Amino acid sequence: MATSAAIEVVDLAVTPLRDLNQRLHDLAAGAGPRSWRVVNPSGAHNIACGLDADIEVVIEGHAGYYCAGMNKRATVRITGTAGQGVAENMMSGRVTVDGNASQAAGATAHGGLLHIRGDASSRCGISLKGASIVVEGSIGHMSAFMAQTGAIVVCGDAADALGDSMYETHIYVRGTVAGLGADCIVKELRDFHRAELAGLLEQAGITGVDVADFTRYGSARNLYTFKIDNTY
Amino acid sequence: MHPSSTWHPGLRESALFDRRTIAEIQRAAREGIYDIRGFGAKRHVPHFDDLLFLGASVSRYPLEGYRERCGTDVTLGSRFASRPLELKIPVTIAGMSFGALSGPAKEALGRGASEVGTSTTTGDGGMTPEERGHSDQLVYQVLPSRYGMNPDDLRRADAIEVVVGQGAKPGGGGMLLGHKISDRVAQMRDLPKGIDQRSACRHPDWTGPDDLEIKIQELREITDWQKPIYVKVGATRTYYDVQLAVKAGADVVVVDGMQGGTAATQDVFIEHVGIPTLPAIPLAVQALQELDMHRKVQLIVSGGIRSGADVAKAIALGADAVAIGVAALIALGDNAPEHDDAYREIGSAAGYYDDYQAGRDPAGISTQDPDLAARFDPVKGGRKLANYLRVLTLEAQTLARACGKSHLHNLEPEDLVALTVEAAAMARVPLAGTTWIPGQNGGY
Repeated sequence: MATSAAIEVVDLAVTPLRDLNQRLHDLAAGAGPRSWRVVNPSGAHNIACGLDADIEVVIEGHAGYYCAGMNKRATVRITGTAGQGVAENMMSGRVTVDGNASQAAGATAHGGLLHIRGDASSRCGISLKGASIVVEGSIGHMSAFMAQTGAIVVCGDAADALGDSMYETHIYVRGTVAGLGADCIVKELRDFHRAELAGLLEQAGITGVDVADFTRYGSARNLYTFKIDNTY
Repeated sequence: MHPSSTWHPGLRESALFDRRTIAEIQRAAREGIYDIRGFGAKRHVPHFDDLLFLGASVSRYPLEGYRERCGTDVTLGSRFASRPLELKIPVTIAGMSFGALSGPAKEALGRGASEVGTSTTTGDGGMTPEERGHSDQLVYQVLPSRYGMNPDDLRRADAIEVVVGQGAKPGGGGMLLGHKISDRVAQMRDLPKGIDQRSACRHPDWTGPDDLEIKIQELREITDWQKPIYVKVGATRTYYDVQLAVKAGADVVVVDGMQGGTAATQDVFIEHVGIPTLPAIPLAVQALQELDMHRKVQLIVSGGIRSGADVAKAIALGADAVAIGVAALIALGDNAPEHDDAYREIGSAAGYYDDYQAGRDPAGISTQDPDLAARFDPVKGGRKLANYLRVLTLEAQTLARACGKSHLHNLEPEDLVALTVEAAAMARVPLAGTTWIPGQNGGY
């Protein structure tokens, strides 16, 4: 570990993951470096999970499963690709993936912003509970499955079974949708939604994209009451 | 006794199409939807009643009644956790959600369990402050739905239980019908009030044992390797599930037999999926023994535990502890005779009530109706639960002493015989009066 210009540098080639996470967790209690660089992540799992501090962590390279899982307050950036469940169950803060993200990105996340500059694989935003997800590329099948609240913005395309069994999440897709899941329908893009969409694109720093190009998807709410007519 | 005054010897009820079966066909034809209910399996399956203890005799030396020491303590989670749970008795309270149960009922579970030094478990829907406040040792469930999942609660918990399945519905998700989705339940689950809410049957961010291993590592990292991590499975392919749970890094494996309770599940699921608790225990123990992990990864067994005899028999077969759900609710006052008139008003009766899904529980336990919940006294309920847990423990100790054991964990399969061929085969103990264990060399 070394400190350079007030940035704490941790080399995962020589430092055990446990040591890194423990040091990051200790920041919840008090003082310590606010800016961190993690080098040589080499796809390690569970990097920077369980953070609860106003800090910035840049992971220079590829991260494995559950990177920044259950994040609170922290700003985490992965310069490479992210494995399964990046920012799963995030409560607040911001997680950015410069590359692509594997499946279940932002799963069950309650708050904060997950920004994926590349594509996200299947089940992006599964069971989403209030967070915002902005994907500059496309998303895989079964995304927003049983998504409850929050918003998902997709600048590219969505694969099959989008929003299956979803609740009240707002889904905005700019490109094509291969197919909608059970109870997911096209919905009107009203002023509220245009403002929400514009705000999320701005938060992600995305410019040159017209909100009018997006289509909103949401729940038909037919599955909200369990009855014989809406079993599949 | 036949209820019909017109009955005569010429009337013969069909064993195949008995009155209950006929009534169910008629209900299905009328309503067009399957039956959803609470409680657990009601059919007869081989169970602990089919086992007997061999008390001490010439070749075994008993311990003195209630006086000589017979230990009951158990440590859960000593494999990896830096802070394992230390329980005074090996009877824990199984996961039951706030949502399925009222707030006062959850409080009573915490009060009763804490009074006798054991743990409670959260359930689908998150952790409530009342529950945390009244449970000295609280296990926080990580379920497929992740309703109310919060890293702060994860760190506040004393142990974590990754729920893969439950005995009442292995492979099935859950349902909380709209009339139990109050403002508070809706807020905790991030859902609209009043809708019929599904709990997913699959975890959202892992899909197999290799993923589960990484998921468990994540939970350990988030909690700095302090908390014991349980993996709970419904009893089905128990041998393989237990081996995979151990491989994935579990500190404790919870095996819930098909008799395990539920708040709301299809009747066809409750009665027809999973294997009974009795055969599940030897399968789990065999899996642990083959990995040299028996007593190192602790085994908690649930599903139909009712008495100290059941506790002692489960432990003798190799469990480290048991968990109770339905029995705990009955101890609190569920199905109590004083509510019989109220039960009858909603089409049931004391001793039969299983409509936990409906939220109209006259005992104020399985409800979110504030007026009904107010009928339940959590202090009194907690005291009754503590009494019941004490009786379970005393009964188990009595049987253990009779077998000459100075600790419940010294009970062993050799102390047991079976009354039926089926129970002998499933529990892997000899049929009484013989040395015969059917299927001893059989498969899984």
